[in-house]
Amino acid sequence: MRLTVNGEPRDLHSPPLTSLLTALREELEITSPKAGCHQGGCGACTVLVDGEARRSCLLPLAAVDGAAITTLEGLGTSDNLSSVQAAFDEHYAAQCGFCTSGFIMAATALIDRTPKASREDILTALSGHVCRCTGYIKIVSAVEAAAKGDVHPERVEPSFEPEEAEVLIPGSPA
Amino acid sequence: MIAFEEERRVTSTSLENAELVLPTSRDEAVHAFGDGSGVAVLGGGTILMPELSYGRLRPKRVLLLQDAGLSGVARNGGSLTIGAMTTVAELEQGPEPLGTAARNVADHEIRAQATLGGNLCAPAGGATPRGDLQAALIALGAQVKTAGKDGERTEPIEDFLAAPDRRLVLEVEIEEPQRAGYAAAHRPHAHAYTIVAVCAAETSAGLRVGLTGAGPSGVRAHSVEDALAAGASTQEAAQKALDDAQLQDDALASAWYRQRLLPVLVRRALDDLEGGT
Ligand SMILES: Cc1cc2nc3c(=O)[nH]c(=O)nc-3n(C[C@H](O)[C@H](O)[C@H](O)COP(=O)(O)OP(=O)(O)OC[C@H]3O[C@@H](n4cnc5c(N)ncnc54)[C@H](O)[C@@H]3O)c2cc1C
Ligand code: FES
Ligand code: FES
Repeated sequence: MRLTVNGEPRDLHSPPLTSLLTALREELEITSPKAGCHQGGCGACTVLVDGEARRSCLLPLAAVDGAAITTLEGLGTSDNLSSVQAAFDEHYAAQCGFCTSGFIMAATALIDRTPKASREDILTALSGHVCRCTGYIKIVSAVEAAAKGDVHPERVEPSFEPEEAEVLIPGSPA
Repeated sequence: MIAFEEERRVTSTSLENAELVLPTSRDEAVHAFGDGSGVAVLGGGTILMPELSYGRLRPKRVLLLQDAGLSGVARNGGSLTIGAMTTVAELEQGPEPLGTAARNVADHEIRAQATLGGNLCAPAGGATPRGDLQAALIALGAQVKTAGKDGERTEPIEDFLAAPDRRLVLEVEIEEPQRAGYAAAHRPHAHAYTIVAVCAAETSAGLRVGLTGAGPSGVRAHSVEDALAAGASTQEAAQKALDDAQLQDDALASAWYRQRLLPVLVRRALDDLEGGT
């Protein structure tokens, strides 16, 4: 089976009934889609299939043969975030981050299809996504800002690059 | 539906041996299905995929219907023929009360993948009612065309839901109603699961009432229909729904609660019908 993943053609050798989620994570080692429940209930695995938000855990590879898949890795880079990614950063819309890529993919698909998405549209589009940490308010604010084009990627702080591990516990083997 | 079963580790090894069949026409699909023994049909896969991924189901053959030409809605005068692979999302703008029932299924990512055929064949879920389109189709007097042992047949949806033998659903035919009514109670969640829903519709065949969450699958409320035909008030007729229901406890609500809820929702759906659509 052959997919275009984040713009690159990829041949897959997983059995055809493997979920797209498992194939992305375990065969292609693309790990932004998360396996929260592997049964459609959480939205952590959402990716774009030909531009539409879909739960990758519910799609057998055979059903997406030939499709174009976009994951978070295909949106922006740390130096050049997509507007939804920048809005999530600016509005502090991620805490542990487990749900974040699913929310960002669903929000990206929404804004592509409905550029001036209303708050109501946003709530509807994100309604299948579960977040255990943020309480949703900041996520919705971030997506509202992205839909309005009210994003400031220049304000995003450069990613944290640890120089050398510090020994935090005196006497520990590290 | 969010019932986490004992085995939570997902492995793909059990899928290696399954034979995958991808028919590219209706006839090929019917032929490949045969009498249905040993074949798992994959419509949208929103119910079936977790079963395969978690290894709870290890079919010998899996029939993937997506290219079998079974999707789409065809209008013919006052009736609609809806292919089994038509997605729930495509039905959102369908005739009432089907449109409202469709809009209340899961969220839009699932609705874009979930199919009519899968909804009709949804195995009774232990945790929540599923197959929410069934009640709307009962109200609309749907005829279900299937293939399987002894060839093809068309039958009323109630007969289809009652017959336990495995059939391949090809299409469903409904009539545009003159009036329709809908009332439901949902459980707020990431997805608004339906605890109980009542669908009512009047077509040339008369008034029909269908129930979700009042039995293992969609239920036709004959007693309500009969009481109304005999001149009962909506209030009196609504109470009769309990005669048709087989109320169950599940993750959403107790049978005790459903028993109190059901007559209220039947009355509201009938009032909604009176209000006209
Ligand atoms: C998060 C979540 C929320 C959900 N919420 C709801 C809800 O609110 N209401 C609701 O009704 N459902 C809900 N569902 C269940 C499900 O998505 C729907 O019932 C859907 O319509 C099933 O269709 P499918 O095509 O995905 O089914 P599949 O998974 O493809 O199939 C389901 C069953 O039907 C059989 N089947 C499929 N097509 C055919 C056919 N043409 N002929 C014969 N057999 C066939 C399969 O073999 C399988 O046994 C939810 C699911 C998830 C994951
Ligand atoms: S992992 Fe796909 S919805 Fe939870
Ligand atoms: S940020 Fe932790 S689950 Fe959403």
